[in-house]
Amino acid sequence: MAVQKPEISKGTDWFLLSIYFLLVGIGLTAIFAVTYKEGDPVLQSFFRFKTDYSKQLYFFLAACFIGLMILLTDSKFFTATANLGYLSGILAMLLVFPFHSKVKGTESIIRLGAFNFQPAEFCKLFVALALAKYLSRPETDFSKTRSQLIASFIVLLPAALSVLQKETGLALVYFSFFIVMYREGLPAYILITGFAVAALIVASILVPPNTLALILSGIALVYIYVNRRRLKKKRGLLFTVLFLWLLCVGIQRFLVPYLFKHVLQKHQVERIFELFGKDNPYADEKENMKTENLRKKKESGTSYNVRQSKIAIGSGRIFGKGILSATQTRYDFVPEQRTDFIFCTIGEGFGFIGSIILLGLYLLMLFRIITIAEKQRSVFSRCYAYGVASVLFFHIAINIGMTVGLAPVIGIPLPFVSYGGTSLLTFSIMLFILLRLDADRQMILR
Amino acid sequence: MPVYNQSRNRFIKIIIALTFLIITVQLFKLQILPSRFQQMARENAIFAKIKYPERGIIYDRNGKAILNNIISYDLVVTPSETKGLNVPEFCSLLQIDTAEYNKKIAEAVFKNTALRPSVFLEQLSPLQKARFEENSWKFPGFTLVERPVRTFPYHAAAHILGYVREVDQKDIERSGNFYRQGDYIGKTGLEAYYEKILMGIRGVEYWIKDNKNRLVAHFEKGAYDTPAVAGRALKTYLDIELQQLAEKLMSNKLGGLVAIEPSTGGILAMVSGPTYNPNDLTGAQGGKNFARLQLDVTGPLLNRAINGLYEPGSTFKPLGALVALDEGLITPSYGYPCGGRYRGCGTGKPRCTHSGGGHSANLRNAIAYSCNSYFTHLYRLAVDNPKYKNVKVGYMKWREYMNLFGLGVRLGVDLPSENKGNIPDTTSYNRQYKGEWNSCTNLTLGIGQDQMQATPLQLANAMCIIANRGYYYTPHFVKSIEDETMEDSSLMNPFRKKHEVLTHIPDSAYEAVIDGMYDVVRIGTARVVNIPGIKICAKTGTAENYTIIHGRRVKLQNNSLFVCFAPKDTPKIAIAVCVQNAGYGAKWAGPIAKILIEKYLTDTLRKKTAAEAERISKAKLIPPHYRLLQYQTDSVRAYEWFKMTKDSSHIKKFRRQYWQDTTTSEPKLENEKNNKPNGKLYRKESDPLHLTFCNLNLYGRSKT
Repeated sequence: MAVQKPEISKGTDWFLLSIYFLLVGIGLTAIFAVTYKEGDPVLQSFFRFKTDYSKQLYFFLAACFIGLMILLTDSKFFTATANLGYLSGILAMLLVFPFHSKVKGTESIIRLGAFNFQPAEFCKLFVALALAKYLSRPETDFSKTRSQLIASFIVLLPAALSVLQKETGLALVYFSFFIVMYREGLPAYILITGFAVAALIVASILVPPNTLALILSGIALVYIYVNRRRLKKKRGLLFTVLFLWLLCVGIQRFLVPYLFKHVLQKHQVERIFELFGKDNPYADEKENMKTENLRKKKESGTSYNVRQSKIAIGSGRIFGKGILSATQTRYDFVPEQRTDFIFCTIGEGFGFIGSIILLGLYLLMLFRIITIAEKQRSVFSRCYAYGVASVLFFHIAINIGMTVGLAPVIGIPLPFVSYGGTSLLTFSIMLFILLRLDADRQMILR
Repeated sequence: MPVYNQSRNRFIKIIIALTFLIITVQLFKLQILPSRFQQMARENAIFAKIKYPERGIIYDRNGKAILNNIISYDLVVTPSETKGLNVPEFCSLLQIDTAEYNKKIAEAVFKNTALRPSVFLEQLSPLQKARFEENSWKFPGFTLVERPVRTFPYHAAAHILGYVREVDQKDIERSGNFYRQGDYIGKTGLEAYYEKILMGIRGVEYWIKDNKNRLVAHFEKGAYDTPAVAGRALKTYLDIELQQLAEKLMSNKLGGLVAIEPSTGGILAMVSGPTYNPNDLTGAQGGKNFARLQLDVTGPLLNRAINGLYEPGSTFKPLGALVALDEGLITPSYGYPCGGRYRGCGTGKPRCTHSGGGHSANLRNAIAYSCNSYFTHLYRLAVDNPKYKNVKVGYMKWREYMNLFGLGVRLGVDLPSENKGNIPDTTSYNRQYKGEWNSCTNLTLGIGQDQMQATPLQLANAMCIIANRGYYYTPHFVKSIEDETMEDSSLMNPFRKKHEVLTHIPDSAYEAVIDGMYDVVRIGTARVVNIPGIKICAKTGTAENYTIIHGRRVKLQNNSLFVCFAPKDTPKIAIAVCVQNAGYGAKWAGPIAKILIEKYLTDTLRKKTAAEAERISKAKLIPPHYRLLQYQTDSVRAYEWFKMTKDSSHIKKFRRQYWQDTTTSEPKLENEKNNKPNGKLYRKESDPLHLTFCNLNLYGRSKT
């Protein structure tokens, strides 16, 4: 075997890498803008590891170091260890249950010395690898239902664990892997059905049951009326429509209440309804009375976040207020602004133009990853690249969506920009592995 | 098969692009389309902190500060920082109880949240302040905050200087929202009249506040801040020592006193009795004291010097003489045979104090001895002047003279709410007598009675006109404004204009009247007023007055009036004094004026005069029926309170007091022998629940 000279620059996608550096730079600026206090020595505090921006800087340096290591690693290493990684990831998530520390209502964090680890956060990486590994197996025929079920299981196991750790937001992220499966041939109707069921469940939470039943019946009747000629010819279709209607109403009237009453825990139901800013109709009367005030407080809390976030972004106008004059974000009017609501800082400080530039960078990054994915000869690399793109896309869309008031408030970070060591490291490692695999795109990895 | 399903990559790209487009559209909506977000962000974060300037200082004629500012200290608490505070120790140190402490902390939290400072105790006493400062390290969360407070170093001139209080809704509306809730505004006196000058210019500091409403930093490093400019000082004509002496003399008396420098119109002293210590209204007890003064029926908050309406009585006579002389109706040697009463209208009224012949042999004597018949006659001559053919035309001409003398018109002194007195119109007589009246109907106008009413200020100003031989300057306090601007000049110009209203009356006429007034002190009715070496020209006055108590018309003691100026040839001071219900003019009002003249012109008091001043200041001349009145109003208020709240505690107090009073010392009308109310009726009627209220005469307005 010829000795391979480890040459990092060769084959590395510098375009993607520069977007990454730009995004981290923007993130550091934004965190600096939020946490900088007038009169602090800037340089000193950047290196003291005391302030958030300094911590983020060190995390970034660590990410670069690990990235360098990854780029120097043989790409076969990732295919070889994918399953092992997945197992260790799941193990870490299981370890959370006995060893988690109580941090802010979540049960997903392990504290090791000065560092907090959130296995649910970095498990995404292992899932992406494992899914790619599974899909790229020569013996996997993804058109078979069995393979589809196994793939779904790989994805949904950590999601289930996340839910149990009260990290619904992170759990939802795992659903983004269905995009990968879709790319690899998962029939579209499954996704559509999935979306439809999800929509139905959400609708049955949001809309009073009787009204929803009426709406469903209305839709069915309209459909039958419009297609009455065809239905005459094809009796089977009519029965299908009627069956679907029955199924929908059944899910809405019986399955959802059953789920909430008997399957899910009380506090979980509470959380779900909280997410949509609704009363929990399944709680006991007494408890309802008791939690009335608490609920109102929480509800106004959520809407307070979004309102302040919208004020912050809206007050930035076209050019923004300048990074240190952004009053909304600098003086804590938007909660969680270093982490989940970091986009406000950009919206307020740099205005519409800054926001669009950030969005553009993300769009470029996603498209670049997809382009890279399609260039791969190896199915593993392609699947993995799609996995990275899906996770990033989900994070970006939901995070920015919630700051501008389009998506419900789910606590997930904005990739590369939000403050948070685990998040930054996870996304960086994901990206560096992608770069490494892409450098070897001519190779067929198994 | 790498191309398998490749078409799906486009679909995924489209979905991503669509999502980004939706977000962009939302961003466009928020950031580009017009919205209130910017305004809302500013409201969130920017706090305009008003910086209050110090109010201007007021000086007297000798440059002594008579209205100044001192720093008082408020104790301010930030409730969230008071952890670990030893509450019992803190409370015993400041002499409050723990329940009050808890209540105040709860109030502070309710008002401003636990994170923001609120006032805990207003205006600490020096003792409290010293105690707190010594131990402040023990009490986290508490700090002292300075606040400027008005102070009156001489404890005098309350009615002149006025007071500041928090603005009410009306003030805010009147100012077009210039003032805000919690601002202070001059409510009366010079504080109100010169509000714009004294208040200075408010400054604004723009602060950035955080989500807990804590002020964090200056907005834009203070680029938009404006500094507070202190109010400008006023220099007045007041002589504070004279003022203090005058207030001392008027203590325990009802009435008004004005002393003016005739050559400038500058007011040297102005007293309204009873007065109060202006410092009572500024301290921590200010609100309480204010309420007490407001409920006092003797009206200590009322400035009787410009608002008290008094019949001038005989003090009017010099003016009557000047009118007659100017109209050519008499000469100074004109005599009138007076036999003790005026018989010109067949009624034998008015009577004369002097019945001896020759006391009205000429004008000079008539003034000196204050002959009623003589001046009644002069009035009738003036009104029935054949030149005017008709008594009504003649009367209007006479009234015009009065207005020129400053009676029946507002003089325009630099104090708010001056009363213009009353010189009745012909229409009011026409209405009263259905058009059928003549000079006999209102002949007592000639001796300053009937419906004629004037304020002490007007009487003093009339003296100035005589002393100046025909002109006057509008009486005023303020000599100059610090750094006077054009705008200020337009404010001050009315006071600097010489009003040559009656200079057309020949000097010989003035000399004749002035000689008569000089004789008043030399040989006439006010010989007690004589000061060796100073030629005083004066005129006494004694006016009857009545009030109604329990539905009965009761004659009260006469009002004691006195007007004068001195010295005769180069007048430096003109004074009008009215002491309500005190007796003859020469008995109380005269000596008061004399003491003031001696003080002002010689800058000291002779031993004898000082003793007299002491005697006068101790005399209590407030009519006793005010005690009854106070009792009535207080008990009626208690009854109204009971009706409103069903809280009978106040009434009980009065019942108890009432029974004590009836058994020990009942409020009596000691002076009124003839009209002493029947004891039985009095007892029944004064039961607090059955009081009927009469038209009460509080401010010396007589003859309702």
